[in-house]
This record gives sequence, C-alpha cells and structure tokens, in this order.
Amino acid sequence: MIEISRRKLFGFGGIAAGGALLTACDGLARSDSLGGVIKSAESATLRWQRAIGRDALAPEYSLADLSPHFKVNGTREPVEAEYQALKRSGFADWRLQVGGLVANPLKLALPQLKALPQRTQITKHDCVEGWTAIGQWTGPQLGLILQAAGLKPGARYVVFRCADNYGGEASKGGLQSSSLYYESIDLVDAFHPQTLLAHSLNGAPLGVGNGAPIRLRVERQLGYKQAKYVMAIDVVASLAGYGQGNGGYWEDRGYEWYAGI
Amino acid sequence: MASAVETIDPPRPQAPYLFARHSVAVRLTHWINALAIFFLLMTGLNIFNAHPVLYWGPYGASPDTAPRWLEIGSRNVAGTAQGYVRIGDLTVTTTGVLGLSKTAADAANPVAYPSWATFPSYRDLATARSFHFFFAWVLILTGLAYLGHSLASGHLRRDLWPKAGELSVGNIAHDVVAHAKLQFPKGEEAKRYHILQKLAYGGVVFVMVPLVILTGLGMSPANNAAWPWILDVFGSRPNARSLHWVAANLIGLFIVVHLLMVVLAGPINEIRSMITGKFRIDPKAAR
Repeated sequence: MIEISRRKLFGFGGIAAGGALLTACDGLARSDSLGGVIKSAESATLRWQRAIGRDALAPEYSLADLSPHFKVNGTREPVEAEYQALKRSGFADWRLQVGGLVANPLKLALPQLKALPQRTQITKHDCVEGWTAIGQWTGPQLGLILQAAGLKPGARYVVFRCADNYGGEASKGGLQSSSLYYESIDLVDAFHPQTLLAHSLNGAPLGVGNGAPIRLRVERQLGYKQAKYVMAIDVVASLAGYGQGNGGYWEDRGYEWYAGI
Repeated sequence: MASAVETIDPPRPQAPYLFARHSVAVRLTHWINALAIFFLLMTGLNIFNAHPVLYWGPYGASPDTAPRWLEIGSRNVAGTAQGYVRIGDLTVTTTGVLGLSKTAADAANPVAYPSWATFPSYRDLATARSFHFFFAWVLILTGLAYLGHSLASGHLRRDLWPKAGELSVGNIAHDVVAHAKLQFPKGEEAKRYHILQKLAYGGVVFVMVPLVILTGLGMSPANNAAWPWILDVFGSRPNARSLHWVAANLIGLFIVVHLLMVVLAGPINEIRSMITGKFRIDPKAAR
C-alpha cells in the first residue's frame, strides 16, 4: 500500500514538474527579448543564401513530374464584391496597377500582360507546412514590367496587394486573424529571371483557387510568398505602412519575411 | 646498458584518482549542441504537426495519396476518436500519444506529436520555425568548431577513430556481449572509448548530424537553387523531408541510449567528467 501511494506521489510530482517545464518553455517562446535573438537567424540565412547563390536558378522539372492535382491552399475564392464582379467579366475589367516609386505608373489589362514576352517554367511549390507540388507556370517576368515602369531612386521592395481578405489556417496554429493578403520581395528576387506574374498553370488559364487572374511566382522562396489575386504592385523604399509593417500577411503573424528556407 | 631504474615500471597509482578525460572544447561544444539538439527535435516535431504526412517522390501534398508512406492522424472508429500511425499499408492505433493526445489542461488534442514533446507545447509553426533555424545555425557553427578542434588537437584520431583490429567481428561481438551484461570497462580500461562507443559517437558526428543538416537544406527552396546537388543526392524535396525525419528519429534514439548508458555506467562520474572534465579512475576495480 505504501509502495503504491509513493508511486502515485512520484507520478503526480512528475506530472507537476513536467507541467512546470512546459510552462517555462512556452514562456521562452513568448519572450520578446529572446525573440530578437532568435529572429537574428533570418538575416543570417538571407545573407548566407545570397552569398552562395544570389543569381542561382531554381530547379526546373519535366512534364512527367507535374503534380496530378496542384493543391489549392489559402484562400479558395475571394468573396469580396470587387473580385466577384471582375470574375463575372472573365477579368476583362481587371487592371494591374503598378505604382509607387516608378517613373511611369502603369495600368495593365490581362491581354497586355500576355502580349509581353512570356516565360514558361515547371517548378516546385514548397509550402511552409512541408508539402510540395509541381506545376507549370506561364507569364511575363516581373523584371520586364518593372523596367517598363522605371524604378525611381530609393526603390528597395516590391509590394503585392491582393484581392482577398484571408482568415488564416488552423493547422499552422499561432496568431489567427483576418486581413487583406499582401506580400513583398526585394529587388534581387524581383529581377530574378524566374520571378513571373503567372496567368497560366499547366497550360490553362489560372483557376480561381490558384489565384486568377495572376499570381506571383518567386521560385526560391516558400509558398506563402507566391501571392494570389494580385491587384496592384507598389515599388517602395520601406515596408512600413502595409499591414503591421512586416512585409506580408504571414509575416505580420510571426513568419519570416525571407522565406528561402 | 639499461640501468635497473629504467626497467622498473613507473609506479602506478593504487588509490582512486581523477583523470582529465574531456577537454574544455569538447565539454563546451557538447553542452551547446545538446541544448541546440533539444530545441531542434522539439521544434521539429511542432513543424511536423503542421503537415503530419511524409511522401516519397518528386511531389507530395494532401491530394497525392500515391506517394505518401507515413501519416500520423486521428479518426473516428464507431463513434470513438482514435489516434493512429500509418506506415505503408500498416495502421497502428496510438491513442494517447500519437495522433490524439491530451493538452496540459487535459483537453482532447488531435495533433500528431503530443504537447509534451513539442516546442512550443501548442501548435505554432511560426515560432517553432524561428527557433528551429536559430538552433540550426548554432548546431552548424558549434559542430564545425568541434570538428576543427577535434582534427587539430588529435582528439578525433586518438580517441574516436577505430584502431586496427577494433573493427573485427570478434571485438565488436565481445563489446556487444559486455554491454548486454551491463559490464562496463573499469579501472584503467575506462580511460578510453571502446568500439561501440566509437561507432555510436562517430555515427552521430559523421553520419547522422551531417544527414540531418543536408536533408534540412534539401527542403530549402533557395538552397535548392544554389546547391541543386543536394536534391540530386536525395532525389527530391519530399524525399529529403522523409530522410530528415528518419535522421531526427535516429538522433533521438541515440540520445535515449546515450542517457541510459550514462545512468548505467555511473551517472555522477560520467556527468562530472562532461562538466569539470575529471573522470574518477579506481585502478583496483577489475573488470
């Protein structure tokens, strides 16, 4: 009897100690001062990966490697009235606005984007959650559009404003709240030859689930950087003034702005 | 003309004494890497929980059932929630630990790895990733410092590298039997590593940690562009992710065995030697 109660006591003690350890650990996860140290790894990774492959091309695949179904993730269909009206017109009334620190602000219709020199590439889409899908993307290089607009001095980032209010995803945990999706990249990735404004997936016009009428492809970063439903592109000197200033929807919820890993 | 003095064996201590076993560099890198690996494993399990499926082949996402070879999840069987692990066609019920467990507050928690095994204890991919990559840098930099020191100081050649004859089947079998009987080297014999220790430590340093780092880099899209040879070695990103999980499991298994051996071989002496460097030798203790 004594043995059993002693064992129980030990068990309770173990659970209590384990619980205290968990609470202490979770405290580390929420610590702001530690957070700064932990986040320093992001700039180390950016510098390292730029040093070993600033201009490197993402691997390209063959048609035989295509995912049978390219997974739809994030917003499946923007419910906003403005987007729904554009969708009803087959995106005939959609115009891509290019503004900010540019000499010639642009308003481009879908046929104009398709009239530019096109690039087709079969690449993998690497989700932050760990899954991988392979798709064939077609569209003009972002660099061509930025050249046409003409960057002004001070330009450092390109911000993509999207049509969808997004509410997050339970499987990722962490902070969950709704706001307009947006993303941003720096000029190294903006002028990378594989960075496209894709209007086609696997040879067909982009479906609504995958970002119609256009989605950004920035092939050396994770899936959340591949903004869908792009409505406007702003060339800027600073990311302050968009969302909470971290450069993207997921970045405002704790994810790295540089998503090369 | 050998003098009488020279032929006499140097006096051997008969009383127990403290032997300088681990250099300060080995001790320091051991504990920094222990901390890093603790965080890497627990944040890794949290990251896995965001998509608890492993694939083999060029692509792998939730619509792709053919390439998936491992899945940890929960399901409803006759009105009862069950946790399960599926490997190939084999499904094992793992309620309570994997797939379905309980939170610290005793609430049902349908998550692959339970809250006590993950950091943070709750689902939080963003925080888990930040800590994972911070400690990945720590592991790589400390690991390189350890390797550099071990090569330069001769620690690698002297203490870790198997000597001629040590890799013979007879010697390995002898050490396996001794471990199975829980007979550990005593006295002067305890000063050096025996073959199973050399294989285990060498395996971690030269196989498992390099494998877990390379497969980790194999999942990075920017690294795939800069160093495509890593993808060529493993075949694809889903393959690299699968092997990253396998390597992490092997490292976890090593840690369990390592800690068990520390406890069985004399935890106070063993742990002291990795803190102060001093290991107590009792010359009279025969094996």
